[in-house]
Amino acid sequence: MQTSIILIVFLPLFAAIIGGILNKSMPSVVTKAVTTGALFVACALSWPIFLSFVSGDATATVVPVLQWMQSGDLTFDWALRVDTLTAVMLVVVTTVSALVHLYSWGYMEEEPDQPRFFAYLSLFTFAMLMLVTADNLVQMFFGWEGVGLASYLLIGFWFKKPSANAAAMKAFVVNRVGDLGFMLGIFGTFLVFGTVSIPEILAAAPGMSGASIGFLGYRANTMDVLCVLLFIGAMGKSAQLGLHTWLPDAMEGPTPVSALIHAATMVTAGVFMVCRLSPMFEAAPFALGLVTFIGAATCIFAATVGTTQWDIKRVIAYSTCSQLGYMFFAAGVGAYGAAMFHLFTHAFFKALLFLGAGSVIHAMHHEQDMRYYGALHKEIPFTFFAMLAGTLAITGVGVYHLGVGFAGFWSKDAILEVAYARGTELGQFAFWMGTFAALLTSFYSWRLMFLTFWGKPRWADSEHIQHAVHAGHDEPDEHNPPVQEDAGHDVTHHVPSPNYLAGTAGYHPHESPISMLIPLGILSIGAVLAGQLFAPTFLDSAAFWNGAIFYNEPLIHAMHATPYLVKYAAAIVMLLGLLAAWMAYIRDTSLPAKGAQQLGPVYRFFYNKWYFDELYERVFIRPSLWLGRQFWKLGDVGTIDRFGPNGAAWVVERGSVLAKRVQSGYVYSYALVMLLGLVAAITYVLV
Amino acid sequence: MEFPILSTMLIVPLVAGIACLFLPAATARLTALVATLVNLALGIALWLNYDIGGAQWQFTERADLFAVFDYALGIDGIALMLIMLSVFLMPICILASWDGIQKRVGEYMAAFLIMETLMIGVFAAQDMFLFYIFFEAGLIPMYLIIGVWGGDNRIYASYKFFLYTLLGSVVMLIAMMWMVNQAGTSDIPTLMQYDFAPGAQTWLWLAFFASFAVKMPMWPVHTWLPDAHVQAPTAGSVILAGVLLKLGGYGFIRFSLPMFPEASAQFLWLVFALSMVAVIYTSLVALVQHDMKKLIAYSSVAHMAIVTAGLFAFNVQGIEGAMMIMLGHGLVSGALFLCVGVIYDRLHTREIGRYGGLAINMPRYAFFFLLFTMASIGLPGTSNFVGEFLALAGVYEVSTWATLILTTGIILGAAYMLYLYRRVVFGIQKNADAAAMPDLSLREWAMLGPIAAAVLWMGVYPESFLAPMRADIAALEVRLARAAPAGDSGLAIGQPRDHAANYVAGAHAEGSVAAEGAH
Repeated sequence: MQTSIILIVFLPLFAAIIGGILNKSMPSVVTKAVTTGALFVACALSWPIFLSFVSGDATATVVPVLQWMQSGDLTFDWALRVDTLTAVMLVVVTTVSALVHLYSWGYMEEEPDQPRFFAYLSLFTFAMLMLVTADNLVQMFFGWEGVGLASYLLIGFWFKKPSANAAAMKAFVVNRVGDLGFMLGIFGTFLVFGTVSIPEILAAAPGMSGASIGFLGYRANTMDVLCVLLFIGAMGKSAQLGLHTWLPDAMEGPTPVSALIHAATMVTAGVFMVCRLSPMFEAAPFALGLVTFIGAATCIFAATVGTTQWDIKRVIAYSTCSQLGYMFFAAGVGAYGAAMFHLFTHAFFKALLFLGAGSVIHAMHHEQDMRYYGALHKEIPFTFFAMLAGTLAITGVGVYHLGVGFAGFWSKDAILEVAYARGTELGQFAFWMGTFAALLTSFYSWRLMFLTFWGKPRWADSEHIQHAVHAGHDEPDEHNPPVQEDAGHDVTHHVPSPNYLAGTAGYHPHESPISMLIPLGILSIGAVLAGQLFAPTFLDSAAFWNGAIFYNEPLIHAMHATPYLVKYAAAIVMLLGLLAAWMAYIRDTSLPAKGAQQLGPVYRFFYNKWYFDELYERVFIRPSLWLGRQFWKLGDVGTIDRFGPNGAAWVVERGSVLAKRVQSGYVYSYALVMLLGLVAAITYVLV
Repeated sequence: MEFPILSTMLIVPLVAGIACLFLPAATARLTALVATLVNLALGIALWLNYDIGGAQWQFTERADLFAVFDYALGIDGIALMLIMLSVFLMPICILASWDGIQKRVGEYMAAFLIMETLMIGVFAAQDMFLFYIFFEAGLIPMYLIIGVWGGDNRIYASYKFFLYTLLGSVVMLIAMMWMVNQAGTSDIPTLMQYDFAPGAQTWLWLAFFASFAVKMPMWPVHTWLPDAHVQAPTAGSVILAGVLLKLGGYGFIRFSLPMFPEASAQFLWLVFALSMVAVIYTSLVALVQHDMKKLIAYSSVAHMAIVTAGLFAFNVQGIEGAMMIMLGHGLVSGALFLCVGVIYDRLHTREIGRYGGLAINMPRYAFFFLLFTMASIGLPGTSNFVGEFLALAGVYEVSTWATLILTTGIILGAAYMLYLYRRVVFGIQKNADAAAMPDLSLREWAMLGPIAAAVLWMGVYPESFLAPMRADIAALEVRLARAAPAGDSGLAIGQPRDHAANYVAGAHAEGSVAAEGAH
């Protein structure tokens, strides 16, 4: 297993380095083959490890790599640790990453900079694997920042676009706010436990549950302080309410990136962290309450925004934010297994939805606005069925009494049940927020499906489609480079056909190439079966987790004993959401506009994402720049220089008439004076 | 007697420097490069022969000159690392000036070589007056480099540089003389163990602080730095940021802390307060700069603030972290100035707005610039992370407030550096002349490549750099222990709770479940 672990983690790094070095000196197919090949090998090595944990054959393994830092009592090394929790993450990361690599062969076909893209993807995978295999908090932070770097590079992949650059920078800086908490958390943990080794901390954590500590002049429960600080880090990476603003903007990156980083893997790092440190959090009741509250609040917040967005990727982005909220409140109420299970199923169905959306965007010539979609199910049937599988999974379709359901049914229902079963007020709050968010989830997911695949074509008004249609017979000119923007299809498709349908503008969407359809197919299988297959393992098996997370057996029993109404709550709201979406987007398509008008302020509040960006702009960004200018012009130039060196110069100038004979202005004379002074002084000392 | 390697390292650049004064341009360049490479080789030999865990002071040389004034050299691990930094950066500086400097080449190379002598002298001196001479004389070549080969406003900048740094030093000299008079020796190792009366320490500490704070530079005596950087030629900036800025920190670690432990503890609040102001203030100023060099200069002040705070944390992590930041910052800010120099050489402007979209025509340059940008904002795996992490971890043990404020530097640092990178490297190509610039030349590869390798080495395996300093810093911590502050965390271990936070009474026996879950 040791060799496998080393290979899994470092193959993507080597692939990234090779890709980076070769860059454009070789045909891009070389880099593509190397990176994709490395990831498929890593994936093939990961599944046996995971399955051996499922069967109970494997135990936690640590592979030492290299000494890292040793400073006084603070020592830690590079090491790869694989236990059950890590094994789950290994399969999630390598599987989605391998499929996204493959998908990108088709999606990025026309992109001139492909080696760079694939190298970044592999680099990201390496950093993510370092994160999940971390044996100490600092290595986790290494992975944490590494995925941040890769995310920055990939969001800004199209670096000529100002919006992409802004989004990339925003993602990095907002994440750094969370990192501030994470770093302080590590410092505090070292101060309290004298180590940053995760197993040692977790072993000692329960003994610290009664300790108190001073922080910023206040005294508080030690473990609460540490866990709140660490959780701030998790909030940044996992885009929880307050630090979520970067995630929707991150959709500026290519769609495969959104699927891999901003849905399936990186954004779940915060959840992973809380689960990894679960024995620590279990010693911190206040921190857990905060986790529950923030999770539940994010889950409802993001769902409300998701119902109003028009950009297909933004809808899915807010959906991701919302689903991460579920994972957090599951962890907050103590159901770490359920949180990880939802992370696991979500990785499949959300990657599927994103890649499906990518396939739609690809078919619709880069149009992302759902207002210009419609009637696509006949045009791109494979994508349609894949997206349908994803939608059935995320909305949690399943029947409790039959014991069948799509992936999301198993994990989301477990989370809602366990929140209810927890029996605290916060648990109740989370349950109701989660249930209401499930209603909204169903609504916005079906809204997305209906707007995209049902109804009549509304393509004609799309600039992108117009562009594609005209590119077919116009001479290519400076503004319309047809080859560059035309992703993966030949131009003849766009010649207006005789049976010219109103609304299509004569455009024919086309199904994506096979390299994109295979990942969709595989992920569809995951979205359908992942819940069914692994629910008993993740939720009910203390032996499976084997101490990798805090496993709360009585809570799981209580979860199974919840009333039927709770167990069917998600199914009921799913149907309500479906009904509402059907009413609004199939039966009477004038309803949404009417509703938006009736609900004016509320609609605008949701549509403008609760005005978080505007708030931060006014409270943080503009004041920072203003202060910077004041400090510079009034502080440095206006005060320090004015009364410092310039003042001295003024005095010197005034006195220069007298001093003219002494001040020759040559440096060597100053130096001479200094040396003379020195000699004189020493003589004085000696005599 | 052993081979006097330290004296050789002083003499080689000195002789070569004097020779350069009389040589034509092309020969002077070559002479300078060879001399600095020889010194680099000697430095490597020094490092390889340094006995980790051996005597505190190694390679000692001593010659009595007159009375208490001795020619005494010798290094500990701290000095070794700083000497390595100097000799490593020097050949790179010569390469950086290869094409950029066309007037008075011989004098220019001489100034650099003599400066190398003086810098090695500062770190190797074991006599306080010898230290002082090297410390102050180092100003002169730098003053000349800015004043003669600098930009348009070079006279003002060099005047400001000289005025600031000289004023501080005068007070320090007086304090030094008092100390020698009191202790009867100018031997630094002896003075490091000498216990001055606490009342006297206060004044001595302040006198030294006046000099080191300017050199550091600490807020509010930092305003000479941005001007000096902006006006200095590229290689001048590299040495200024890479080595001269480390003299202040070295002074604190060699003089202020071991010689005046009580006074250092007494003024801890001052150092922390100035450091905290500096991080916020200069980071925000950096955010609004239009001149690339000025931006990086302000960022240096912010980074150095974490050094001062780390040094005064009075614990191993803080001091080792501070040393690692000094080394890392020496490499990274030097490299960033080189990156500015690369495009300045092509377009002759430092105006950020004139560039844009360089990733298109200079992809390799974009890679190096990104690496150093990421190192500057302390990405783990690079040199600066090691330093910042350790230093801040050390400060946390003293003050949570200070740590919180100082750590905001990682947010602001990311903001101003990425904003810079975005405007210069990303975006569209706005100007035809910037779009036509060629990618890195072989000479530029030779400058940036070794620094990049060192930055990653220090980030991934810092043990190479920490190991030589470990014993010295441990000794310093012992020396400081009697004055070490208590810290505001005050951990009190109470009675642990019976149950985990999410305990739910279940069918199973309560105790066993709670115990099981608490693994």
